[in-house]
Amino acid sequence: MKVSAAALVAGIGIGALALLPALAPPYYASLMIPFFAYAIALLGFNLLFGYGGLLSFGHAMFLGFGAYGAAVMSGVLGVRHFEAVLVVVTLAAIVAALPIGFFCVRYVGIFFGMLTLAFGMLFHSFLFKFYHLTGGDSGMRVPRMKLVGLEFAPYNKIELLAGPFYYYCLALLVIAGLVMWRIVHSPFGLHLQAIRDNAQKAEYLGVHVRSMRLAAFVISAGFGAVGGVILGFRIGLADPELVYWTHSGHLVFMAVLGGFSNFFGPIVGALAFTLLQDQLQSLTQYWRFIMGAILAVLVIGFPNGIAGIVTDLRDQSARKNVP
Amino acid sequence: MSAFANILLGGVFHAAVLFLVAAGLQLVFGVQKIVNLACGSFYALGAYFGITFIGYATAFGLSPWLLLPGLLLAGLLLGFIGPPIERLLRPVYGRDESFQLLLTFALVLMFQDVIRFIWGSNPRSLDSTYLIYGKLGTGDFSVPVYNLLVIAAAIAAAGSLGAFLQRTNYGRLLRATAENRAMAEALGVDVRRIYSVVFTVGAMLGTVAGALIVPTAAASLDMAIEFVIEAFAVVVIGGLGSMRGALAGALIVGMIRAFSIVLYPELEVLATYAIVIGVLLLRPAGLFGKQPA
Repeated sequence: MKVSAAALVAGIGIGALALLPALAPPYYASLMIPFFAYAIALLGFNLLFGYGGLLSFGHAMFLGFGAYGAAVMSGVLGVRHFEAVLVVVTLAAIVAALPIGFFCVRYVGIFFGMLTLAFGMLFHSFLFKFYHLTGGDSGMRVPRMKLVGLEFAPYNKIELLAGPFYYYCLALLVIAGLVMWRIVHSPFGLHLQAIRDNAQKAEYLGVHVRSMRLAAFVISAGFGAVGGVILGFRIGLADPELVYWTHSGHLVFMAVLGGFSNFFGPIVGALAFTLLQDQLQSLTQYWRFIMGAILAVLVIGFPNGIAGIVTDLRDQSARKNVP
Repeated sequence: MSAFANILLGGVFHAAVLFLVAAGLQLVFGVQKIVNLACGSFYALGAYFGITFIGYATAFGLSPWLLLPGLLLAGLLLGFIGPPIERLLRPVYGRDESFQLLLTFALVLMFQDVIRFIWGSNPRSLDSTYLIYGKLGTGDFSVPVYNLLVIAAAIAAAGSLGAFLQRTNYGRLLRATAENRAMAEALGVDVRRIYSVVFTVGAMLGTVAGALIVPTAAASLDMAIEFVIEAFAVVVIGGLGSMRGALAGALIVGMIRAFSIVLYPELEVLATYAIVIGVLLLRPAGLFGKQPA
């Protein structure tokens, strides 16, 4: 994608998101918080999946790590500065992802997926079973924290989420997007795509396949943890469901829904998934069926997701204009 | 000693059920190269359908002694869902593994609500008792005969599946298709038909396992997503695509579960996944799988 076109798309998106709290009721603004969390996590997930060709089926592990990390930092250790929690938990996730990634990136394809699934379930059963450490299925509380050192005492939780925290998360998403844009357009990002397309050839040309994959794994874990910290703060709770394998499946769903071959695809997917889930849940208790049907249609008919449909339409109209 | 025997038999019973589901997973993976996350959903469907089927059959005067054959029949009947679902999977054959995995994940989501729609969200259990077959044992050691019958049924299923694959002509065609689809097709094998049959048999193994479990445990909405990862652990430990691997993996996982529940419940799932990771790291193709070149 050209830089100017990407900047235009991003600018319009940021502008629309910045206006939203002023136009929409607070409910929708606070609904967008999980969107920000998932969008940031998926930017990292897509470095691994879209750019690296590695499908993780245990990525929810890092969102859970972020949420539980926030609970430990703020709830147990009493650190009430969101920035401090965010930095420490993200670094901790990166450190934790190193050994896990070291083992996982030795494999590709279905084996990589199953190994990440197994690590995710290992973490889940630890959280679920060691009640005295992690609170078991009732989880751990994530208390309210200061944002940029400010208490925002007059705001209640919803107002905080729909106002200051909304803009805080928007800023985080913009920063995460810029960082990821730099990463995928750096030599490292190009290496990663070369490995995805032909690992053998890349290796022959002198690319360190495993270390590149490990770096992608660790970076994506860091992004996942940021998303997890935001989710934990929003819900006020870190619970084992965050780490369950179906949650990892939802992450993959979002990436495919938006289109994993496009830089903005995961963000679009996170937005579409969040809105769709919210609307369907209010319409029917059988929302999972409809989500499943949508996923099936996407996988069979539109493997490039929403972003793919848009680019296809653009290409078609461009072709028509040529005489 | 008798406590030990009780745990052991509990483990074998769990392993028998796990083996059936895992065998279905292996069969489909071996021939169609698709990892079917929906096998847990077949298991859950079998359980719910088994309860309903026995309920109606009892109302029509089914003797309580025919509980086991009735459940077997219910599981086999439910195999009719196999061909249409296989039809749905056809567009992704030969596509990237991630798409295949995602499509079966979509099936998991859909089946969960199909079950909720038909049977509601409360757990269901069977009214008629499986203790009609009595119990075996002396002193502290006792095991319901029903559990032994289920173990026998799983062994019979394993044996007949093996005989079908190794000794019959159709089994040979099946293995040929698994080995080299293009060549089998070129030699005149109706691969579409084979895929349909394989998927249906795979689904039936799951539904039968689900139906057989309902006398001893309630059917709940979560059983599909909980059981599929256990079956996954089994096939990873045993080796993807290998029937002997499914047997060994099921016994290992069944035993770990049975012993850890008694000795150290916190480790129940943890121990299973620790072994999965260990196997994947040391022998990525599993205990009985073909090691990649």
